[in-house]
Formats: sequence, C-alpha cells, structure tokens
Amino acid sequence: MRHTISVLVENKFGVLSRVSGLFSGRGFNIESLSVGETIDPDVSLMTIVTIGDDQIVEQITKQLNKLIDVIKVVDYMDVDHVERELVLIKAAPKKNDKTEFLKLTEIFRGKIIDSGATSFTVEITGDEKKIAAFIELIKPFGIKEFVRTGKVAIAREGLKKAKQ
Amino acid sequence: MRKSGAEILIECLKKEGVKHIFGYPGGVVLNIFDALYDEKGLELFLTRHEQGAIHAADGYARASGKVGVALVTSGPGATNTVTGIATASMDSIPMVVFSGQVPTMLIGNDAFQEADIVGMTRPCTKHNYLVKDVKDLAQTIREAFHIASTGRPGPVLIDLPKDVTTGMTEFKWPEKVNIRSYSPTYQGNKYMIKQAAQMILKSKKPVIMAGGGVILSEASKELTELAEMTKIPVTNTLMGLGSFPGSADLSLGMLGMHGTFYANTAVQNADLLIGIGVRFDDRVTGKTDTFARNAKIIQIDIDPTSIRKNVPVDLPVVGDIKHVLKDLLKVLKDEKEQWGAIRKSWLNQVDAWKKERPLTYNFDKKIIKPEFVVEKIHKVTKGDAIICTEVGQNQMWAAQFYKYDKPRHWLSSGGLGTMGYGFPAAIGAQIACPNKVVFDIAGDGSIQMNIQELATAVINKLPVKVAILNNRFLGMVRQWQELFFKERYSHTGLDVTPDFVKVAEAYGAVGLRATTPDEVEPVLRESLKIKDRPVFMDFEVDWKSKVFPMVPAGAAIDEMIFDEEVKEKSKKKLKAVK
Repeated sequence: MRHTISVLVENKFGVLSRVSGLFSGRGFNIESLSVGETIDPDVSLMTIVTIGDDQIVEQITKQLNKLIDVIKVVDYMDVDHVERELVLIKAAPKKNDKTEFLKLTEIFRGKIIDSGATSFTVEITGDEKKIAAFIELIKPFGIKEFVRTGKVAIAREGLKKAKQ
Repeated sequence: MRKSGAEILIECLKKEGVKHIFGYPGGVVLNIFDALYDEKGLELFLTRHEQGAIHAADGYARASGKVGVALVTSGPGATNTVTGIATASMDSIPMVVFSGQVPTMLIGNDAFQEADIVGMTRPCTKHNYLVKDVKDLAQTIREAFHIASTGRPGPVLIDLPKDVTTGMTEFKWPEKVNIRSYSPTYQGNKYMIKQAAQMILKSKKPVIMAGGGVILSEASKELTELAEMTKIPVTNTLMGLGSFPGSADLSLGMLGMHGTFYANTAVQNADLLIGIGVRFDDRVTGKTDTFARNAKIIQIDIDPTSIRKNVPVDLPVVGDIKHVLKDLLKVLKDEKEQWGAIRKSWLNQVDAWKKERPLTYNFDKKIIKPEFVVEKIHKVTKGDAIICTEVGQNQMWAAQFYKYDKPRHWLSSGGLGTMGYGFPAAIGAQIACPNKVVFDIAGDGSIQMNIQELATAVINKLPVKVAILNNRFLGMVRQWQELFFKERYSHTGLDVTPDFVKVAEAYGAVGLRATTPDEVEPVLRESLKIKDRPVFMDFEVDWKSKVFPMVPAGAAIDEMIFDEEVKEKSKKKLKAVK
C-alpha cells in the first residue's frame, strides 16, 4: 500500500538525515519527500510517500514518533485529506501535434511556462491520478524530461475517519 | 558569572549529580582535561582505550542505575566509542558521551582528527547533538541527561567543537527541561490494564516473560509481587536475569536459544504470555510464527515501537512497567481470587517439566567443565556478586548456571553481543559499587579484546575478578561449526593464547590458574581474598563443552538439541534407581 505520511519536525540541522536514516536503516524506500517551513518558522513539515504493508508502515510511524526532533506524525491513510503534487514537464511535440498537445494541457489545467524552438515546458498540479493520467496521455508526443516536487497533503476540516 | 565552555561542562555534570566519568584525552579536549585537573568533585578514570571507557560507563550505569558518562577526543577517539555506544543503545542503557570536535570553522574540511561522529552515531544513539554555540551548551547537556535517563533509556552523544569549549559565556543552569516533542508515556491506559487483569483471571496456563525493561524501570518488587500473588511462573530473557529471583520456585530461568527446557516448553504450552519489558528478540522467539503458538500475548512496554515489532500482540499496554504493574496489582487484588487453587494443575505440569530435564552438564573428575566453574562462582560468592560477561559460550553458561536473585547483578551485552564488553564493564561496576564482589566471566577470546584495561583496574586498585574459561577456542562459533558445519573449525582455534597468569603479573595484577576440578574452588576463594588489585583466573576447561539446550537458528523454541552424553548418563541413573 502507498502511504502518505506527514511529519512535523523541529527546524534544526540534521533532522532530515534522522528521518531519512530511519527509512534507509531498515531498507524502506522513500518514494517522494518534500520539506518546507510551516507557519511557525521553528517547525518544518515533511511529507513522505512510502510503500509498505500495514505492519511496516505502523512500525515506520512509531519509529518516526520516537525521534526526539519529531513533534507529530500523521499517516493520511486514516485521514480524509487533499493532496497535490506539482510537475514540470518538458515535451517536444511534432509540428502537427502541437495543437492537440496544447489542448490536452488546457484540459488538464496545465500551464505552458516556457517554450523554445523545439519544446514546451508545462506546469501541472494535481493529485496522483490526475498527474499519472496526464503523463500517460502526452507520452506519445515525446516527453524529454520531467521533475516532480513530491506530494504534499493536508487534512480536510473535521472529517476524520474512524480508525478501523 | 562568565565561564568557559569547559567549565560549564564540568558545572553541568556536577549539577546532574555525576561523580565519576570515564575517558581518554586528546588534542581538542585538552582544555576540558585541564579544567578537570583541579576539580575535586568529579573523578575521571583514564582507561587504556576509548572502547574501554564507554563499556566502563555502561557497566557503571547498569550496576548503579545512574547515567554513565564518558569523555573522549575527536576523530579516532570518537570513532572508538561507536561499538560501546551501539552496545548501550541495543540494551537501553542511560549514558551521555562527550566527544571533542575540531573547531566549528574547520568542520567538514577533513581537518586533523576530524570525524563526523554525530552522523556516524545517529542510528545508534537515542539522540545526539553538535553544539555550535557555547550559549547552547548548558541547555544541551540538561536535555541530554533528561533524554538518556527517561522513557526507554539510551545513550546520547554531545559533540563539542574546540571553540565551543574554549568560548566564554554567562553560565546559567537551566532548572527545567521542556522538550515539546518528547514526552514518554508513564501511566498505562486504565482500560487496557483492566483487560489485562481479565485475561490473567481467565487464563489457565499463564507464563510471565520478564526482560531488561523491568530492571530499567526498577520494577522487580512489583513483578515479584504479581507473580507470587497470581502464582504465575516467570521466565527471564537474557537481559531480564535478576529482575525476578532466579532461585524462586516460580522461576523458570532463561528462555530462548539457550533457554531451559522447562521455560521453552512452558511458553510453547501456555495459553497466556505476559511480556514485560521485552522486545521479543529473535534469539528468544526462534521461528516467530511458532512462538507461544497457543498463547494470547500481553505486552507491557514504555516504547511503542517495541510492541508488535516481531510478534503479534493481543493486548498492548504502553507505559512505565513500575506504574503499570502497580495499577495491575490493584485491579487483581480486588478480585480476591483463590490463585493457588486455580493454578495448581499448571504449576504441577511446570514442575514435572523441571524434573524431566533440569539444567545439567556432564561432570568430570579430571577435566574442568566450564559449567562447574560458574556453579562454583555462585557458591563462593553466595549468589551475591555482580556478574559481568563477555559474549559467547561464557555468557550463556554464566546465564544458565548462576542464579541471579537481584536486579543489577547481571551485566551482559545482550542485544549487540559485544565481545570485550565484560571486563571494562566490570571496572565500571566496581567503581559504582566499591563494596561489591564483581566478577567478569570471560572466554579466552573475548578477554583479549579489551585486555589493556588491566592497567585501569590496577592503577585504581579495583579488585575485579576475571574468570577466564579458557578452551583455546572461539567456543560458541566452534560449537556451531561442530553442529552445523561438519566440524570444519575454520579460524576458531586460538592456537596462540597468551599465558594469562603472566599477562596479569606483567600489569601488576594477580594471576591464578586451575587445571583440575579440585583446584577450582581454592582458586576462587583465593581471588576473594585479594582486595587491592584485579585477579585473572585461568581455568583450563574442556574445549569440547557445548552450551545446551540449544535451539538451532530459525527453529521453534521447543525444537531443542540436548547434550546426548548427559542424556545417556541420566538414563543409566534412572535405570539404577529403578
């Protein structure tokens, strides 16, 4: 199962290494990781996407909680939430395909943020499914490269699901 | 008052109640050692290797319950501590280690004697710090001691760049520690405790499995009360030896790979297993899906990550063991159950297993059996000594054949299994408990891993007794080679073993030797008379002796192998009796 885990941490040097070391030391892979300051500049929020069965993820969240610099851990599996990821895609559609490509970008509410002699750079934001669908659709047009920010997630207001 | 970082360090240690530290000097900690030179309230014991310093601090902590403290220099001084820190981490021992570091402006430049010790020890400390400003020093030390000694204890490392310890600042001792992201759970959940009491009431064949957590939580009294009241037999993990009196009727001794037949059999037949301060290590469980196969499992532990890590648990109680057991006792007392009556048939069954296959070995008149030496140590010390061990066969025999009746009398590297731990740990324990008899039960392999600490013991007049079970082999590995590798003894024979008597004498210690069983007790008694220096006792033991029972790695814990020779003998005896 893919889990999105948000980790509220003290904004100190070395914290990222403690968190990532916890994954690597147990042979767990991090699929994506994004870190940024929160409203309190002393606190940062990490959003980590990882894959593992329930027992592994339970162990990961407990171990994260055990780290001294970790303030709070939320596994969004149990929480109603919204999530987004931003991707920049450089694609090089052939001359005849350009209109089609731009139309698709528009449908997915992507933005062209740069264009050169041979390529466009599209900025697209969305959840996992939307981004996967978009990438799938424009693959035939020729993707040169893309970069992803990693997922960020936030809980919906007051709609906590009861734990099973 | 303005003070230097080095002076602040010393003030803080005194405020934390530290009296003894273990260490080794070097370039970037010169000024700290200089500040210690005139210090009366704080004694530093100079070991002969940084690993010795860490194990000594560890032994000091295990024997006394206080936080062990060590101070070493940067680079190799710091890296030499890593094995000791990992040892303490695996066994949850409270410890604060101060390492020197190159000046902050040189960090990351590959300066002379620079090592990223914070990076290296991150996975084997409970927490660690690099202090970058002398103004943060006092607060950091306060936090380190708090973290090391509360919750599930563990080692904390503080890296001190030279310019931090030479820098000056106003010193103010922070009275309170408040770490918003760290608050261990002490009180167990009331509902869970009530559930646990119900499970105990309903069970017909319960077993308590008590581990090192009981000792760390100082809960031996509560554990003993619980077991005696509810008439539940108790087995100990290696780390838990002494948490419940080993000579009590309800004691099953140790369980696991080299556990007793009756402990392993009882666990496999139990309908309820109450794990208290244990983490279900693989050496205890054997094949996990067969472990305690008929039992519901209750697990009481302060560390939520220990719960359900290795085996599924039916009822977890997160909290400090002492608190939880007190609450549990209260609930159970209200039940006014006739415990003796409801446990009778189960206890009879357990007794039958005890009689069926007691812990035994094949005594020989001519050759010293290592188990015999351990039994004699128990006899001459009246079971009241602090016993440290190395790792291997010596450790297992010491666990099996000495009965530990009190907590903090058994000091052994359980988790990491560090050879070379016992002797320096014994030095630390002797410093913590000057009036106690302290033994290190060693093998000829392990003792050579930190033999240089003889100098530390001699110069400090520490009467540590080292009983070397000398079989001229790395015995435990040899045992595995004999049983599982067709007797191909690849690199386990220690053909050149030093004359340990002469080694001891060369350092100014006493060396004794026993070559026949008759000599064992006199040698041990002789060692007890020596009060002003360490003693090495070289016991030339049967190299063929193996540790039994034994559960092969990956088997279920009731699939034990026994010493066939012993079995044959006992059969003959039985026939003779008939």
